[in-house]
Amino acid sequence: MARTDIGPPHYEQFLPPVIKENYGKWKYHEILKPGVLKHVGETGEIYSVRVGSARLLTIDRIEEYCQLADKYCDGYLRFTSRNNVEFLVSDPAKVEPLLAELKEKGFPVGGTGNALNNIIHTQGWVHCHSAATDASGIVKAVMDELYEYFVDMKLPAKLKISLACCLNMCGAVHCSDIAILGIHRTPPKIQHEWVAKQCEIPTVVASCPTGAIRPNPKEKSVVVNEEKCMYCGNCYTMCPAMPIADPDNDGVAILVGGKVSNARTVPMFSRLAIPYLPNNPPRWPEVTQAIRKLVEVWVQNARPGERYGEWIERIGWEAFFKIADLPFTDKHIDDFIFSVPTFRTSAQFKF
Amino acid sequence: MAELKTPLLDQLTTGPWPSFVADMKRLVDRKPTVADVLAQLELSYEEKKGHWKHGGIVGVMGYGGGVIGRYSDMPEKFPNVAEFHTMRINQPSGWFYTTKALRDLMKIWDKYGSGLTNMHGSTGDIILLGTVTDNLQPAFDEFSDLGWDLGGSGSDLRTPSCCVGPARCECACIDTLDLCYDLTQEFQDELHRPMWPYKFKIKISGCANDCVASIARADFAIIGTWRDDLKIDQEAVREYVNSGFDIQGVVIDKCPTKCLTWTGSELVLDGSNCVRCMHCINKMPKALRPGDDKGATILVGGKATILQSAFLGWVIVPFMKLEKPYDELKDLLRNIWEWWDEHGKVRERIGELIYRKGMRVFLKDLGMDPLPQMVFRPRANPYFFWWPEEVNQG
Ligand code: HEM
Ligand code: HEM
Ligand code: SF4
Ligand code: SF4
Ligand code: SF4
Ligand code: SF4
Repeated sequence: MARTDIGPPHYEQFLPPVIKENYGKWKYHEILKPGVLKHVGETGEIYSVRVGSARLLTIDRIEEYCQLADKYCDGYLRFTSRNNVEFLVSDPAKVEPLLAELKEKGFPVGGTGNALNNIIHTQGWVHCHSAATDASGIVKAVMDELYEYFVDMKLPAKLKISLACCLNMCGAVHCSDIAILGIHRTPPKIQHEWVAKQCEIPTVVASCPTGAIRPNPKEKSVVVNEEKCMYCGNCYTMCPAMPIADPDNDGVAILVGGKVSNARTVPMFSRLAIPYLPNNPPRWPEVTQAIRKLVEVWVQNARPGERYGEWIERIGWEAFFKIADLPFTDKHIDDFIFSVPTFRTSAQFKF
Repeated sequence: MAELKTPLLDQLTTGPWPSFVADMKRLVDRKPTVADVLAQLELSYEEKKGHWKHGGIVGVMGYGGGVIGRYSDMPEKFPNVAEFHTMRINQPSGWFYTTKALRDLMKIWDKYGSGLTNMHGSTGDIILLGTVTDNLQPAFDEFSDLGWDLGGSGSDLRTPSCCVGPARCECACIDTLDLCYDLTQEFQDELHRPMWPYKFKIKISGCANDCVASIARADFAIIGTWRDDLKIDQEAVREYVNSGFDIQGVVIDKCPTKCLTWTGSELVLDGSNCVRCMHCINKMPKALRPGDDKGATILVGGKATILQSAFLGWVIVPFMKLEKPYDELKDLLRNIWEWWDEHGKVRERIGELIYRKGMRVFLKDLGMDPLPQMVFRPRANPYFFWWPEEVNQG
C-alpha cells in the first residue's frame, strides 16, 4: 500500500545553488526591465524572468516551460502566487537569450513593479458546478485587452485584478484593485420530481446558509423562500435537481479599490462599482470595455504611487462615480450584515 | 468520434495573452477527455451556463479529503467527462521545482488523468483537473511513491502556503518556507482527515507586503515583522537622492505615520512611531531594511464574504518570535482548533465563531491578554459585560 501522510517534498531540493547559498542573505533587488528582477545576495545574484501564464495549463505547456528551464536555468523554475512562471537564471549571459526565445514563443514577460500582474481566478465553466460565468475565458479576454499594462510599468502603482465565478469567491477576490465576480440573480428552480428521487431533503434544507429552504412534504420536495435566497448555489451542490444557473440573468459584477498589502494604507476591501454586466462569451466585450475604462480613469487621475483604492479614498467615492461616469444605484448601498459603518454620518461630502 | 468544432472557443486563440484553448487543443488527439471538456465548454459558451455536477464522496484509501468529485450533467453527450474529478497535491514551499520533479509529476498525470492542471489553485495546491474514480487510487499510489501527497478539501486544514520569503526576498522577516513545510508536516492528520466544523487555512507572508494575501484569504495569517528600528544605510540613501530620486514625494510624504524626515543629507527615523508598513523599504530596497528583532504578527479570522460578510484577519498576537521548532505557534493553533471544535457550528469559520461568541470570550478561553494592538479604537458603547469575579458578589 502507498505511503500516506508524507507531506510535500522538502523545498530545499528544488532551490538553485545560488539561492541555497544566499538563503536569507539577500541584500536588495532591482527591476532591470519589466518582468526581469535581479536579486543580489551576499555571495551571488539571481535573475528572475516573470512570464505570464494561463492558470489552466496542459502537461504539454508545462513541458515547454521545462525545456526553457533546462536550457537557461539549469532546470530550476518556480510559480508565483499569481500563477506566473518565474525562470530562475543564475548565469547573467543567459538572460537575454531567454528573453529572445520567450518573445519568439509569444510568452509575455512582465508583471513587475507598477504593472498589471496576472489575474488570479477560479474554475468557471471549465470545472465548477456553481459558476455564474466562465473564468479562464474572461481572464484571457481581459488580459488581451490590458496586455500593454502587463508588459510595461507605466501605471500609477501596482494593479491586481482577480476573478471569482460565483459568490462563494473561492479565490477570495474581495481585496483586489479590480474584482470580477460571477453572480446569479435568480433563486434555484426546483424540479420537484427529481428532488424526491435524487436528494436527501434534510441535507438540502441544512445546506442553505440563509435558511431559505423548507421541506415540502406534499411533493416530497422542498420550497425556497425567494426573498431570503442570496443565490449562492449551495443547495445545488447538495441536490442537482435544484439548478441555479440561469443564462438570461447570470452575469458579472465589478468591484474596485481593494488591497491586501499594508504598505502606506491598511488593507482594504473592494467595493461595488458595477452591479451587473451580461455574460457575453467568448470575449465578454461589456466586461473588458468596462474594465479598460476603469483602468483608464485611474491612470488619468491618480497621483504617482496611488493604488486604486488609495486614489478613490483621497477623492471620495462620490467623486469616483462622477469621474468614472458610473450610475449610482440602490445596489451600491449596503443592506447586508455590517452595513451601517458605510453610511455617511457627516455633512462633509462633495457634489 | 465526431470532429471537434468549437467556433466560439476558437475566438480565444487570438490575441497576445497565452491561450488556454490553443494549449488544450494540442491534447485533443491524445486525450478524449480534453476533447469532451472543450466540447462541453463550447456548449456552455453557446448556452451561457455550466454543465458540471458536484456529487458523491470519492477519494483514496486512508484519506477524507484531497479529491473533489466532479461529473458532467450530460454524460450521454460527453461520455469522456462523465467523471472528471480533481486531485489536489501539496505544493512544495514557495512553489519551487526542478524540471525533473515537474516532469515526474506530469508523467503520472498523463498516464492517469486528462493532462490538465492549475499551477496552482487558490489553496496553493497543485491542482490536477480531471480523472475517473477508478484511476484515483493508482494515481495516488504513484504520486506517493515519488514523495508527493494529497492536499486538503472539505472540513479540514488546507495545505499551508507561503511567499517566496528568504529564498529570494530581502524583506523576509521569518523563514516562510521552513515554517510552511514544518506546519504541513506537523499537521498531516488535520490536513487529510476532515474533523472540524469547516475549512481552515494558514498562509504565511514574510513581511507586511503580504504577497500571499494571507490577511484576506487565511483563517490564520502569519505576517513577518520586527520590533526594533528599521535599518538605514545613509550612504545608500544619499545615492538614491543624488541620482534624482524624489525622496520627499515618494517616501517621506507617503509614510503613514510621518515618522521619517530628510535633512538634506540624512534620513531620520522616529522609530517609536513607525508602524512597519514596508512602504519606504519597498521604495529604497538598497538603503533600508527591516530591523534585527524579527518575528511575526498573527491574525485570525480572515475569509471571503460567504456567509457572515468578508473579514480581514484580526490581530491576536502582535509579535511572536518564530524559531524552530515553533512550539508556541503550534500550541496556539491547537488551542484555537480545540476551542472552535467545542463551540463551532457546522460550516462556521473561526472568524464567524469569534464574532458570534465575542472576542473577549475567545481571548479568555485561550488565556490571552487583551492588548490595544488588537483594535483600531476601543468601543464607543457602554454595553460591556463583567466576569463574575470582577464584581462584588455581595
Ligand atoms: C520589496 C518589495 C517587494 C518585493 C520584493 C515583492 C515580491 C513579490 C513576490 C516575489 C511575489 C510573488 C510571491 C510568491 O509567489 O511567492 C509578490 C506577489 C505579490 N506582491 Fe509583492 N513584492 C514587493 C512589494 C509589494 C508591494 C509594495 C505590494 C502591494 C502594494 C505587494 C503585493 C503583492 C501581492 C498582492 C502579490 C500577489 C499576491 C497574490 O497572489 O494575490 N508586493 N511580490
Ligand atoms: C459554501 C460555499 C462554497 C462551496 C460550495 C465551494 C465549492 C467549491 C468547489 C466545488 C471547489 C472546486 C472547484 C473545482 O475545482 O472544480 C472549490 C474550490 C475552492 N474553494 Fe470553494 N466553495 C465554497 C466556499 C469557499 C470559500 C468561502 C472560500 C474561501 C474563502 C473557498 C475557497 C476555495 C478555494 C481556494 C478553492 C480552490 C479554487 C481554485 O483552485 O481556484 N471556497 N470550492
Ligand atoms: S467561485 Fe464558485 S463557481 Fe468558482 S470555483 Fe469557487 S465555488 Fe466554483
Ligand atoms: S441558492 Fe443559496 S440561498 Fe438560495 S436557496 Fe439555495 S442555498 Fe439557499
Ligand atoms: S511578503 Fe514580503 S517577504 Fe514575502 S515575498 Fe512579499 S515582499 Fe518578500
Ligand atoms: S515602514 Fe512605513 S511607517 Fe515605517 S518608516 Fe517606513 S514608511 Fe514609515
